[in-house]
Amino acid sequence: MRTIRIPALLVCLALIGAGCGLGSTSSSASASAGSGGASASGSALPSGMATSLPPAEDELNLVIWAGYAEDGSSDKTYDWVNPFEKDTGCKVNTTDGRDSANMVSLMATGQYDGVSASGDATLRMIAAGTVAPVNTDLIPNYADVFAGLKNQPHNTVNGVPYGVPHGRGANVLLYNTDKFPTAPTSWDVVWNPDSPAAGKISIYNSSIYIADAALHLQQTNPELGITDIYQLTEEQFNAAVDLLKQQHDIVGEYWNVANDQITSFGSGDMLAGTSWQYQLNTILLDDKNAPLAAVLPDEGSTGWSDTWMISSTAAHPGCMYRWMNWMLDPHTNALATIWFGEAPVSQQACAEAEKISPGHCDSYHATDEAYFSKVHFWSTPREDCNDTDPATTCKDVEAWIAAWTDITGG
Amino acid sequence: MTSSGIGGSQASASRRLAAWLHPRRRLQLGLLLTSPLLWIGLAYLGSLAILLLNAFWRTDPFSGKIIPEFSLDAFAKLASSEVYRTIVLRTLGMAVAVTLTDVLLGFPIAYYMARVASRRTRRILLIAVLLPLWASYLVKIYAWRVILQGHGLLDSVLAPFGIAGPGLNEILNSWVVLSYLWLPYMIVPIFTGLERIPESLLEASSDLGGKAGPTFRRVVLPLALPAVAAGSIFTFSLTLGDYITPTMVSGTKFIGNVIYDNSSLGSLPLAAAYSFVPIVIMVVYLFIARRLGAFESL
Amino acid sequence: MTESRWVRIALRAMTTLALAFIYLPIIVLAIYAFNDSRSQVWPPGQVTGFSLRWFGEAISNERVVDAFITSIAAATGATLLALVLGTLAALGVARHRFFGREAVSFMLVLPIALPGVLTGIALAATFKTLGVDFGLATIIVGHATFCVVIAYNNVVARLRRLPRSTEEASADLGADTWQTFRRVLLPGIRTALLSGGLLAFALSFDEVIVTNFTAGPGTETIPLWIFSAIQRPREVPVVNVVALALIVLSVVPVYIAERVSGAESAVVR
Repeated sequence: MRTIRIPALLVCLALIGAGCGLGSTSSSASASAGSGGASASGSALPSGMATSLPPAEDELNLVIWAGYAEDGSSDKTYDWVNPFEKDTGCKVNTTDGRDSANMVSLMATGQYDGVSASGDATLRMIAAGTVAPVNTDLIPNYADVFAGLKNQPHNTVNGVPYGVPHGRGANVLLYNTDKFPTAPTSWDVVWNPDSPAAGKISIYNSSIYIADAALHLQQTNPELGITDIYQLTEEQFNAAVDLLKQQHDIVGEYWNVANDQITSFGSGDMLAGTSWQYQLNTILLDDKNAPLAAVLPDEGSTGWSDTWMISSTAAHPGCMYRWMNWMLDPHTNALATIWFGEAPVSQQACAEAEKISPGHCDSYHATDEAYFSKVHFWSTPREDCNDTDPATTCKDVEAWIAAWTDITGG
Repeated sequence: MTSSGIGGSQASASRRLAAWLHPRRRLQLGLLLTSPLLWIGLAYLGSLAILLLNAFWRTDPFSGKIIPEFSLDAFAKLASSEVYRTIVLRTLGMAVAVTLTDVLLGFPIAYYMARVASRRTRRILLIAVLLPLWASYLVKIYAWRVILQGHGLLDSVLAPFGIAGPGLNEILNSWVVLSYLWLPYMIVPIFTGLERIPESLLEASSDLGGKAGPTFRRVVLPLALPAVAAGSIFTFSLTLGDYITPTMVSGTKFIGNVIYDNSSLGSLPLAAAYSFVPIVIMVVYLFIARRLGAFESL
Repeated sequence: MTESRWVRIALRAMTTLALAFIYLPIIVLAIYAFNDSRSQVWPPGQVTGFSLRWFGEAISNERVVDAFITSIAAATGATLLALVLGTLAALGVARHRFFGREAVSFMLVLPIALPGVLTGIALAATFKTLGVDFGLATIIVGHATFCVVIAYNNVVARLRRLPRSTEEASADLGADTWQTFRRVLLPGIRTALLSGGLLAFALSFDEVIVTNFTAGPGTETIPLWIFSAIQRPREVPVVNVVALALIVLSVVPVYIAERVSGAESAVVR
């Protein structure tokens, strides 16, 4: 037995040594991606950014939100994967991320080429070096993207873009028209303990929802001085958490995936809540007369503009760049944004969308920058407040997660 | 003594090896145990150890990277907020409740199958109990959602009595669904254990004047206890670590949820630190179960 | 022991109740497999009634078929690995006396006793550090860790009941270790291997938590597919069909295993 033990022990030690690299993601990647500090000054491109379009490889591995890469299996019209595969020869493999944290974990394994990340995941991955900056010169369709979707704080660092947008949408107030014959004009209905929907309110089960509390506090408690709902000081943060703990008593469900609400609102169980247009669209598809409607309240809302990002250890960068260009292609983008229920990224995409689903761009306010000025896209809370002022400190994403556990776990 | 006749020298080489090995019991043992132990020891325990090491490292709040310097940061964070304690107690309580429920539900049916049912009925019942194991765990939870959700099956059954169903925000749902999911894991070991009790023992007991009640209490129960303990390992540990069921049917947070929620990048030290709780609990539980003879009845 | 009539009636009643409890959700999902509408509201059959349309969609869904094949492959690999490792360990423990015997059982039971989420995170991190590509192999490794104990327990239990005398007789008759194993031990533990293997297969086939962490892009098992399909409202009905199909299909192996091990237990009693 002794002769067996020693080699085993040695291997164990080796593993522990290797394990020291466990927490930090691949060190070469972090060096090249420049931990979010890469500046675009000078003619040198940020390290990690491709300088020319690599040739297409044979496959592409993506982490996506369910519904972002349809291959026609749900509905034959909505297929933008097969045409891509035919065109480029890149076979697309998708893995659904259950939520942003799951997506961050999956990307950290280094096994994927790209991800459709929401703003609460993007900055984390950029800082950790999991994703690489994107050379938009290599993406012809990028030029047509709406100005309002470029250089967004959740996916651009020091002017360096880390991905291309998939679309944009707001978190809307979904409500039951039987309970609310006139459309609510404010998020009050989900915050007020005397709300007519109390006990039947549906709230998104993610720490990012703390930002919605901050948004509400901007109206009710302006003295807190909240300017960026994703970067909160200790005082602002605590106020938001207190508000959420209050709300906990009137919440009927914390929903995780769209399907939760499609069932709960579809059955008439939930009466009001924060939602995506996708849920409403799907319910109406099955039942045109469902007593439901969605509205963007006057004070605005949180929202999301998901970004296609490329992994810093991507094995198939050629395919990934081609995919990013493909997703900005007007016809593809029209299909993708109609399917999910969000606003397309360019005028050309809007034109295509009109042909497939007339009125799409109007109902999603695709060209209405004033509308989107009231929408605060998901972003990542950072200790440095994601600003240039070194004096400010904010609560970081870990604090948000811990607080959310506190709010919903108690 | 003829060998199996594969080929003279080949057969004798393996025979020679066998003969050489025969007296070397320790070497035999070593060879037998090497692969499984390497597997579990290295692949599993090694990985686990490295994960737990993260509990003693800290995160750089700026970059979100884990810094392999010794720090008790993660444990401090856990101690600072009461919610983590609440979650542990809640999960522990649920594990106990589910285990007791499954014993109460599972013992009668296992007993019936093992000692009362005819051979044919026993076979049918065993198949009936094992079949749902093949139904996807996720789908079973989902089916319970349909039953328990607002305006679901339960609601429509209770409506005539004017009682409102629990809806999906109720921790009791987790108790029902978890008891449901792990029930087969409790029934099978108890069934096997009860089946093994020789009829002769029970006859002897009645010969000695024991009536049904005392025989059950003094002969059957003690003999079945290891099997119950074995089954309880499954129900207890599976409840302790589950995070999907609570999320899908009750919206409450259990130990597994905290670990899962914190499993990415910078929050890993917190997840690792919290993992010590279920590990310590289960190790203690396993020791107790071993005492009760569970390991022979798994 | 002859139980009194009342006890028998009570047992029968409780058994029926337990079975009703066990099959309630199964029946619900079976009904929904025929529900024509996509929504999962109760009662089913609303709006558009019942139909078989989702059965057709399930069979023609390439992703489902691929996932099924991957699941079978992963479960087979994990089961075989578990059977080999488990039997080796069982032979060691049941046929030798040594210090730390109980520790072996303890160690083997840990993967199944500790939360799956820990196994998943730990293994994923190790694979990444070792630079291993995630795929079918990593899934099999993940599953095998908790399947070993299932095989081990079944074989150990059987070995304990096999009389040593037959093995000694075999040796007396001139058989070497391998022959004794092949001709005496192996037939003796065959049913334990079968029932252990079947349970291990079922566990692996249905596993989702560890698989979530150890699967790579392009490898999707049925549970992973279900996990993502449940998020897509348009695919939930197909999930019901797949689940129902799995239950129906599994009658065969479960029945066979029962027959084989049933014959055995009759002898032991």
